[in-house]
Amino acid sequence: MRAALKRFARNRMAVLGACVIGVVALLTALSPLLYPAGAFTLAGPPLQPPGMRYLLGTDALGRDVAAGVVAGARTSLLIGLSAALSAVLFGSLIGALAGYYRGATDIVLMRLTEFFQTIPAFLLAMLLVVILSPSVLSVIIAISAVSWPGIARLVRGEFVALGGREFVLASIGLGASGPRIIFRHLLPNCVSAIIAVGSLLVASAILLESGLAFLGLGDPNVMSWGLLISAGRVTLRSAWWVCTFPGIAILLTVLSINLIGDGLNEALNPRLRER
Amino acid sequence: MRRWRYFGYRLAFALPVVFGILVLNFFLIQLAPGDAASVLAGESGAASPEYTAMLREKFGLDRPLLEQFWAYIGNALQFNLGYSFRNDSPVFELILARLGPTLLLMLTAFGAALTLGTALGVLAAVARNSWRDALISVVTLICYATPVFWLGLMLIVVFSVNLNWLPTSGFENIAEGYEGWERWVDIGRHLIMPGTALGLFYLALYTRVMRASMLEQTGMDYVTTARAKGQTERKIVFGHMLRNAFLPVLTMAGVQAGNLIGGSVVVETVFGWPGLGTLAFNALQSRDLNLLLGIFFISASLVVIINLVVELLTITLDPRIQA
Repeated sequence: MRAALKRFARNRMAVLGACVIGVVALLTALSPLLYPAGAFTLAGPPLQPPGMRYLLGTDALGRDVAAGVVAGARTSLLIGLSAALSAVLFGSLIGALAGYYRGATDIVLMRLTEFFQTIPAFLLAMLLVVILSPSVLSVIIAISAVSWPGIARLVRGEFVALGGREFVLASIGLGASGPRIIFRHLLPNCVSAIIAVGSLLVASAILLESGLAFLGLGDPNVMSWGLLISAGRVTLRSAWWVCTFPGIAILLTVLSINLIGDGLNEALNPRLRER
Repeated sequence: MRRWRYFGYRLAFALPVVFGILVLNFFLIQLAPGDAASVLAGESGAASPEYTAMLREKFGLDRPLLEQFWAYIGNALQFNLGYSFRNDSPVFELILARLGPTLLLMLTAFGAALTLGTALGVLAAVARNSWRDALISVVTLICYATPVFWLGLMLIVVFSVNLNWLPTSGFENIAEGYEGWERWVDIGRHLIMPGTALGLFYLALYTRVMRASMLEQTGMDYVTTARAKGQTERKIVFGHMLRNAFLPVLTMAGVQAGNLIGGSVVVETVFGWPGLGTLAFNALQSRDLNLLLGIFFISASLVVIINLVVELLTITLDPRIQA
């Protein structure tokens, strides 16, 4: 673990990404102090350009864009992390069952996985949010419902590769049950691969969330970057800043998480580098 | 010949996917709040009671769930996807009318991303660890993290609002009444920004895959052999490695076809491009669930077809693939 941390620290881009995410998390934590009034309240005259008084300007309703960006960070991180986590849990379970039991279970589960990988993910997520009616929870459900197949294939592959190893055969010989072998012996061996791919899922979940919110499928009572951008579209010609800054926030966050993910991948799976 | 058997094998896998989408759609209708008849009629309250009763009859909604299921599948396989009250037209006709612009946008973005991505990937791999390689990887990382709708808006700010070079939205300038060649030039001008917004992410993706794939080929025996024969670097790269390295990119392109449609929904909304995406967005605004389900079914079927085309290309490029 310490060796992995050291390898991660040597990757300058990954450390830079971690710093940016640290700042975003800090801003989120400090938002009650920075903007005690919240992101939906009127802060001043409408459409003020960025300046000393309003750091990132105000939108058509006179709301502070900076307050919106800070509040949106919380939403994006919350939804991105929870959606990626549930997708990882579900995908791992499916992959583990397919990879451990093989045979008919494997065929059925992998056909299902391929099916979910083929169909247009964004459209399915849209449909799910419409049907469940937009809320933070339904967005999380919709994003995880379209994000799990990659993890399932990864875990299945690892399980198949580990299946014939001595420690697995020894556990079977000692009479360990299937679930015990899966959860105590096989899954812990896949953790580093799952973390590396799962961290990239957070980034794609944030992108998906912003797209849904942009189309008006976010929680209407929760400020998010996508919502800010879609609200700023109307005044795009006269006030470029309303759309621009939330987008830069998305870009920086997603870029940083991707860099962290690449760094984790190199740190946790050093063998991959030699290939 | 065995290659064709392999293709038939893939084709046999494609049909259950289409069936699976219908099963999923049926499941989603059941999941939606309210009576299935009102879901199928679109916006609740917009449909007349007679029409709802007619739907109930036609889809057998008063019969057991399993019979309903077969009625739904039977109707869908005859491309009877229901009626959209908001648009006053059958769902299938609505979709058919919008398919052309979406295909034009998708194929342009896809083709450009694939060609440029392959070229940039080769360039980066050949000049590994040079400033060119570094520049390409920084740009791809940024493109990889940019939300498509935001990129579209920024393009509008720069190229339409400030520079006034390109039209902000739409498919063509009907008021000018262009015909023939001029009309296509006009459509092309409207296509530049949506195509760029949609394609840039895939450009980054294909560049990354192509670069990695080229680097993997450098260590292969056939490359050493070609070099030992005294072939020029140019001939080794373009004559031997390119075709081998391209296969993983093509596979990736097939996998990503579904996401391309999702991206085009968002891009079309930004640019008012009159395709399936704008139709989906309008259906979303009026909560016309049945129209959305129809769009989902048709675009998922489109992805299946794209996947088969990619499969066909792959077996043409790589004769080793056999059943």
